[in-house]
Amino acid sequence: MTLFEAQNVTKRFATQTALDGVSISVPEQSIYGLLGPNGAGKTTLIRIINQITAPDTGSLFLSGRPLKPADVHNIGYLPEERGLYKKMKVGEQALYLAQLKGLSHAEAMRRLKYWFKKLEITGWWDKKVEELSKGMQQKVQFVTTVLHEPKLLIFDEPFTGFDPINVKQIKEEILFLRERGATIIFSTHNMSSVEELCDNITLINKANTILEGSVEKIRNDWAANEYDIVFAGEVTPSGNGHFSVMSSAFDDGKSAVRIRAAESGDTNEIIRAMTTAGRVVSFNPSLPSMNEIFIRVVEKKNKEAAKN
Amino acid sequence: MNKISLIIRREYITRVRKKSFIIMTLLTPLLFALIFIVPALVMSSEDKDFKKIAVIEDNSDLFTNVIPDTKDTGFEYLAGVRLDDIKNNFTEMGYYGVLYISPQIITTPNAIQLISRKQPPIGLLDHISGSLEKEIEKQKLLAYNIENLDEILKTINTSVRIQTIKIDDAGGVTETSTGISMALAYLSGFLMYMLVFMFGSMVMRGVIEEKTSRIVEVIVSSVKPVQLMLGKIIGVALVGLTQFSIWILLTLAIITVVRTSVLPAGTMEQIQQLPQSFAGDNPLPAGTETTAISADQITEFQSMFANAMNQPWGLIIFCFIFYFITGYLLYASLFAAIGSAVDNETETQQFMLPVTIPIILGLIVAMGTMQNPESSLSFWFSIIPLTSPIVMVARIPFDVPAWEIALSMALMIVTIAGCIWMAAKIYRTGILMYGKKTSYKELWKWLTYKG
Repeated sequence: MTLFEAQNVTKRFATQTALDGVSISVPEQSIYGLLGPNGAGKTTLIRIINQITAPDTGSLFLSGRPLKPADVHNIGYLPEERGLYKKMKVGEQALYLAQLKGLSHAEAMRRLKYWFKKLEITGWWDKKVEELSKGMQQKVQFVTTVLHEPKLLIFDEPFTGFDPINVKQIKEEILFLRERGATIIFSTHNMSSVEELCDNITLINKANTILEGSVEKIRNDWAANEYDIVFAGEVTPSGNGHFSVMSSAFDDGKSAVRIRAAESGDTNEIIRAMTTAGRVVSFNPSLPSMNEIFIRVVEKKNKEAAKN
Repeated sequence: MNKISLIIRREYITRVRKKSFIIMTLLTPLLFALIFIVPALVMSSEDKDFKKIAVIEDNSDLFTNVIPDTKDTGFEYLAGVRLDDIKNNFTEMGYYGVLYISPQIITTPNAIQLISRKQPPIGLLDHISGSLEKEIEKQKLLAYNIENLDEILKTINTSVRIQTIKIDDAGGVTETSTGISMALAYLSGFLMYMLVFMFGSMVMRGVIEEKTSRIVEVIVSSVKPVQLMLGKIIGVALVGLTQFSIWILLTLAIITVVRTSVLPAGTMEQIQQLPQSFAGDNPLPAGTETTAISADQITEFQSMFANAMNQPWGLIIFCFIFYFITGYLLYASLFAAIGSAVDNETETQQFMLPVTIPIILGLIVAMGTMQNPESSLSFWFSIIPLTSPIVMVARIPFDVPAWEIALSMALMIVTIAGCIWMAAKIYRTGILMYGKKTSYKELWKWLTYKG
């Protein structure tokens, strides 16, 4: 089932087009990656979803119904440009933001206690925001984003400013929220977290969608029929009609070899050749990382655009 | 609506709890009170420092004992002493200064010198020159050989004071004081200028704070930008009204306390006795003149007080509050728009100018209004909304026709609506723009964006 849908959204500013007929469709209870280079139009799309700005044309649907102003209570938004009132106390501020999202004082209090305990930040309640480190502030912001338990959560670069331990903790919380039924739109430049978290993605470049689909399918589509093999000891297999060797490196008693299968290559034959070459430790199809795909797709598009 | 009230509450509470707010609120009345109290204290403690002045005349005794002693100055006539003898050691001899009168005084006015170590007070100079002028006049008159000159001089000794009386259409008569009207006009005009500027820029700083701390995007995902802007403007207005009320109450309290405890004990009783003695046209009770404040001063004070009560206080207070609220709303919305268009406070300069010019112009015209409240300049500036809050409150103590007030108020309300609408449009776009230096052209574009 689709929880959120944007159809043919176009937004023009005086001098440039920020979005040119972009559509996205976010399945319920999934994590949807919104990717693209800086200035591609991601933030504009996110602001349109949050009804901060209105699109020139296009329609938006939440749970199958057109998006309406009251839906701000069904959306939680952690912007990339985020901050808190520096002179205000943490607890007071979290309460204020929760009440602005429509929670009653008592309900907001109850949920804040739960989340502050869960993220181990209870001791900060009476501290002023300016006394907290950036990572600590981010945690408070995370809590205020999810507190009203919205159906749709939008995280724009949620991990910047966190140390690895906190990144892990927040990742776990995001996955936990999805398990509990939330749908998440996730915008980032950190491609390894996309591979780790996202079910589907859309890649926007210069106001247009240039790639979309499930992460798994995209990586398989972009796979170049390559395999990574690790041998014990120094081994260099030689290519035959089924494959050619791309690279080979020996380090720490192991050889890492990448091969490319020929068009007519038979995987069984390749494996056989490997096992005769040496003792195989692992044999994996080499899927391109989202990082590679991102760079390749965007560069290809930009080259095409430069030609025209 | 509920969200706006949440915003108003936050804006109000965070500001009222600030240390700087509490300090300002408590200290300013002290300053106000000082303005009222210091002159009174000075008046009642004048005789503390008694000065002795040596008077020397070259080879004549024309002015011996002509200058009367005052409360704090005595004049000693040293016959046969030459200026050079005393010039360098009068301080050691216990004199404050030496007054040297040369024999040419009747023909040349510059023939008098006062030699002292310190700059002599202006009152002392007036006293000396006044006494000498009188004496010289008398000497000149004597030269005409008029009979009974002394008697004549006594009877022609006159002092003129103009009493102003206002007559309304119905023929009712009120005693007024131009001085008090002027003081009121000055005070209201200046206070209005200060308040509008102070709280208007408070709104601006609030907007800039939200923008630079990047909290604004979080908030506008929950509320409309215009709600955030109005909430802030109203919240700060309440802060202003709170502070203003506390100022008035505290100032009154301090003045009352100090007046009853510091001023000479007899003063208040005398002031209270006066109305009866005047009502009966009785001569002042004997002995009154020996107390610290002379009857003359009390009379003056008393009539000043009565005149002050004759001002149209109801109208003045109503107008002041009306123009404070509307003037504040007008400028606060402009300040909010400016705050939204810039990234930090230093960038506000370029947009501040067109906003501050009308305020300052208003203040200048308001000050001129006191000289000539009926001038067409004052009239127009009290009708035009950008300057009317300051100029109109300065005109009110001088009786403004009702239709002018009504017109000015109506224009004000229409302009506020327009200004808030315009500010909301700029604000909505501006608060989400970072890193770009905004130009006037850009602002115009924001005004015309839709949605």
